[in-house]
Amino acid sequence: MSKKIFSGPFLLFIICGTIVPLGVITFYGITDRSGAFTLENITAITTGEHMEALLLALGLALISTVICLVIAFPLGLILKDSKLGKKGFMVFIFILPMWMNFLLRTMAWQVLLERNGIINQVLGLIGLPDLNIINTPTAVVLGMVYDYLPFMILPIYNALIKIDKNVIEAAYDLGAGYRQVLQKIIIPLSVPGIVSGVTMVFVPSLTTFAVSNMLGGGKVNLIGNIIEQEFTASSNWNLGAGLSLVMMIFIVISMAFIEKFDRNGEGNII
Amino acid sequence: MKKIKAVVLILIMAMSLTLLTGCGGKKSEGENGTLYVYCFGDYFDPELQQDFEEATGYKLIVDLFDTNEEMYPVVKNNTADYDVICASDYMIEKLLSEDLLAEINYDNVPNADNVMDNVKPFMEEFDPGMKHSLPHTWGTYGIMYNKTMVNGAIDSWNVLWDEQYKDQIVMPNSMREGYMIAAKKLGYSMNTTDEGELSAMTDALIEQKPLAYSFANDSAREIMIGDSAAMAVITSGEVIYSKEYNENLEFVIPKEGTEVWTDCWAIPKTAKNKEGAEAWINFMLSKEVAETNFEYLTYAIPNKEIADLIDEPVLNPPEDVLAKCETLRNLGSDVDAVYSKYWKKYKAD
Repeated sequence: MSKKIFSGPFLLFIICGTIVPLGVITFYGITDRSGAFTLENITAITTGEHMEALLLALGLALISTVICLVIAFPLGLILKDSKLGKKGFMVFIFILPMWMNFLLRTMAWQVLLERNGIINQVLGLIGLPDLNIINTPTAVVLGMVYDYLPFMILPIYNALIKIDKNVIEAAYDLGAGYRQVLQKIIIPLSVPGIVSGVTMVFVPSLTTFAVSNMLGGGKVNLIGNIIEQEFTASSNWNLGAGLSLVMMIFIVISMAFIEKFDRNGEGNII
Repeated sequence: MKKIKAVVLILIMAMSLTLLTGCGGKKSEGENGTLYVYCFGDYFDPELQQDFEEATGYKLIVDLFDTNEEMYPVVKNNTADYDVICASDYMIEKLLSEDLLAEINYDNVPNADNVMDNVKPFMEEFDPGMKHSLPHTWGTYGIMYNKTMVNGAIDSWNVLWDEQYKDQIVMPNSMREGYMIAAKKLGYSMNTTDEGELSAMTDALIEQKPLAYSFANDSAREIMIGDSAAMAVITSGEVIYSKEYNENLEFVIPKEGTEVWTDCWAIPKTAKNKEGAEAWINFMLSKEVAETNFEYLTYAIPNKEIADLIDEPVLNPPEDVLAKCETLRNLGSDVDAVYSKYWKKYKAD
């Protein structure tokens, strides 16, 4: 009894922070403005504009995730093998940007990338051609990678440093080369970290609207932008909620994915 | 013993809950009670808060929001008891249509006489008789352009369709303002409910889209100040600020006419301190306060007493320009849904 009582606050949090909002979203999603039951808000995802925005969001999220993975995995290996004895400091450097609000960091990119922004002014000074990626999907991917990279680095790094050194040494002793050790030992043992990192980059990239609004200049229309538009400018909460429910399906899929690979929870940040 | 522990824990939890809720609750009361104001962020000089408290004896609590749409559910569901709110024209109309606003007792607002006459016809459209709202700021939409980056006179919305400015134009990232531009270009009303006209406007906007550098609302002025685009559709309120930072910028109200917007003070029916709310509106309409706010915001304030102070002509457009302007009307959620459908088609194209 006395121990159970400590779970009270968490129970309260789960009810108020998860179950109730989910219920409200579902209610809005399956009703129309008058409150009558309808599935139209959910099937609306199949209409041209919504499908296009969803596919674009999926594509950009996928590209961002792959880029993050390609950057983060070798970085994790370098950090793991670094003999500096200052691994903690290196990891700290990579998560330092997370201390600043991500909207501010995205806005900073906007200022940097603008046609007459800082990057182009510097390029102009040294006689190089302008970089015109602002208001294109490229800028949005750049923003996503910059914002979410720490979420990929941390779990991968955590999984890598947990690998028993003796296992790797034993492999070398038995005549394996570096490539074989990487393929047969390091990568398989870091899968939980990779899966966790992939989910933590893919899901927020898929649903973002702030990054695409700021760096896409309103030209890159992702499903997140459509949902945001429905909730704000159009004041159509029902359609917004219905589309959000569809997005949740993608989240559930990635959760199932994580569950499959990451049974031991080794890839968790903490 | 266990029971006592449980009771203590529950007490602690209850206390922490009241602490949490206490944050948004009442602080010390003023001698005449407390006045709750719900307003757009940074929409009056914060120093006025103390002046008002000293002048009237009310304790003032100001909560902020960013958009009308954010404010609407709060007022509609009465989740917080606000005594006075700030809202835009079409939102006043929407709140009125749902019977959420109280009539203002003009006896308590003698400064209502200061309201400029040329703003009144626009207010009459969304609030007949101006019974429920009084203006805080007003302005128009127009084209801000960089003198050094354009050829010839800029005086028409058609310039946004001019191929030579490809990738040089910042368009508004909001639905009704986007359609306003197309409506004025094509000679329709910006409040049209005709689907054929809506479709034609969408086609015109789609035709314009390849020329746009970006779609932006608040960041448009920064793009212009930074010389990153030749022209932007922007509200006249940004003119003084932008010119201060970039002397090459000019602002024009296109000859086809444009949208006149008015942000107003209104009192929700649920207000607990209606007299305080009227005192606040009266305070805001006084000469000194209007002057302070104009200098702070650089948005035009429709107050007769400070008309001479506003030396930027576009902030006080002449009669013949205003005659071609319209105010944004609330079209109802069904028409909004149709607009939204076409707008998404435009954004996806």
